[in-house]
Amino acid sequence: MKIDRNEYGEFVKKHAGKSPLLRNAAAAFLTGGFICTFGQLLFTVYLNFAEEEAARTLSTVTLIFITALLTGIGVFDEIAKFAGAGTLVPITGFANAVVSPAIDNNAEGPILGMGAKMFIVAGPVIVYGTLASAVWGVIYYIVKTCF
Amino acid sequence: MNMRYPIKPKKTVVVVSSASAVGRKEHEGPLSGCFDLHDIEEKFGMKTWEEAESQMQHLALNTALAKIKLHPSDVDVLFAGDLQNQCVGSTFGVKNYEIPYFGLFGACSTFAEGIILAALAIDNGSAKTAAVSASSHFCSAERQFRVPLEYGGQRTPTAQRTVTGAGVFILGEGGEGPRVTGLLPGIICDKGITDVSNMGAAMAPAAFDTLTRYFEAMRTGPGDYDLILTGDLGEEGHSLLIEYMGRAGYDMRKNYNDCGLLIYANSASDTHCGGSGCGCSATVMSGYIYGRMKRKEIGRMLYIATGALMSPTSSLQGKSIPSIAHLVEITSQ
Repeated sequence: MKIDRNEYGEFVKKHAGKSPLLRNAAAAFLTGGFICTFGQLLFTVYLNFAEEEAARTLSTVTLIFITALLTGIGVFDEIAKFAGAGTLVPITGFANAVVSPAIDNNAEGPILGMGAKMFIVAGPVIVYGTLASAVWGVIYYIVKTCF
Repeated sequence: MNMRYPIKPKKTVVVVSSASAVGRKEHEGPLSGCFDLHDIEEKFGMKTWEEAESQMQHLALNTALAKIKLHPSDVDVLFAGDLQNQCVGSTFGVKNYEIPYFGLFGACSTFAEGIILAALAIDNGSAKTAAVSASSHFCSAERQFRVPLEYGGQRTPTAQRTVTGAGVFILGEGGEGPRVTGLLPGIICDKGITDVSNMGAAMAPAAFDTLTRYFEAMRTGPGDYDLILTGDLGEEGHSLLIEYMGRAGYDMRKNYNDCGLLIYANSASDTHCGGSGCGCSATVMSGYIYGRMKRKEIGRMLYIATGALMSPTSSLQGKSIPSIAHLVEITSQ
C-alpha cells in the first residue's frame, strides 16, 4: 500500500490540533490592554514635568526599555508565550524583535553578528512600514489638495 | 546484498558501549537517570551554544570509550552528524580524536543512518570497531531554523521541541551487548507537507514506507517485536503512523512508541507534541533503550529514526518537506 498524497494532505489538516483561539484572544486582549493602560499611566505621570510631545516620547521609550530589560533577562518570551498578540502588537513586540536577535548573534561579533542581524525579525516591519507611510502620504496629499 | 531490501549482517555486530549527554529539560524529564551526563546550564562550560553542542558530542564519545577502556586509536571509523550548517557541531566535537571520519546529514535520522553505515563497515570487514555519534542543541537549532531564542511568540499545538543532547554507540565485531541484526536504508518520501511546525506529519509517511517494506520483505509484523520505536514523530506523527499502518493491515497500538514522546513529560514541560532533533533518538537509544536491552528487558526491537530533510531556505522558498526513515533491528543476546 502507498499513501495517497492528496488524501494524506487532507487527513493531516483535519487531524492536526488547532490553536486555542478564544483563550489566545482573551489573553491578548488582557495583556495588550494592560500594556496600553500602563503606557497611558506613564504618559499622565510624565505630563507633570514635561510637554505633551515629550511625555509621549518618554512613555514609549520607557516601554521599550522595560521590554529590552525583560528580554535580556529571559523573562519576556515567557510572558509572550501567554500573551501572544497582546505583547506583539504594542511597541513591546517591536522592541523584543530587535533585542532578541541582537543577543542571539552577539557570539558572531559586534559588526557581522549583532550589527548585521539585529533587524532580521524587525527589518520587514521597518521596510514595509516606511513604504506604507510614503504611499499613505501621497494619498493624503492628493485627497487634501483635491477636496 | 541489495540495499533496497533488509540487510542481515553476516558477522556478529554488537553495540559494545554507549553514552549520552543531555541538557536541563531532558534531565528533568521522565528518563532522568538514564543519561550519563547533563548540564542544567546547557553550556557544558563553553561560551556559545554551538560550542556546547560540540562539547556534548566530545563528552559522550569520551564516556562511551572510557566505559569499555577503549582508546580512540582502537576505533577504525567514526560516523557523526548534527543539525548545524555544514555539520560543524560534530566536526568540532570530534576533531581531536584522530579517527577516520564521515560527517553525516540525515536530519533527525542521523543516528540510525550512522548505525547502518557503521554496521555495514564492520560486516564488510573494513572496520573492527566503529563509533556513531549524533547531537542537537535546542539553542543552536532554534536560532538556525526558527526565531531568536528570546523572541516572544506562541507555537502551534503540533510544534515539537529540539532535544539538547548527544548520543554515542560503539559497534564492534563480537563481544558483549545487544546485536544489530537487521538494517534497512530509508527512501526519500515527500507527501507535500509544507508546515514546518508539523514535522511529525511530514515524516510519518517515510516511517510508514520503511516499516511496511521491512515487514513485507521479512514476512513479519508488529507482533514479532517487543518494541517498535520511531525517532521523533511526536504525538502527531505517532498517531498518524498508527492510523496509516492500521489501514495497511498492521496493528501498531500494542508495542509502538516514539523517542519524542518518551523524553519529555509533554503536558508538564510545555513541549507541545514532544521532542525532535538528532539528539532525540540518539540520547533515548544510547541512554534509556541500551540499558534496557543490556538487561534483556527488550528482546527484539525495531528502531526507525525519521528525518525531515529541509533547510530554512527551502522552506522560505515554499518547498515541501521531504523526509526519510532509516531502520535498524536490534536483538539482545
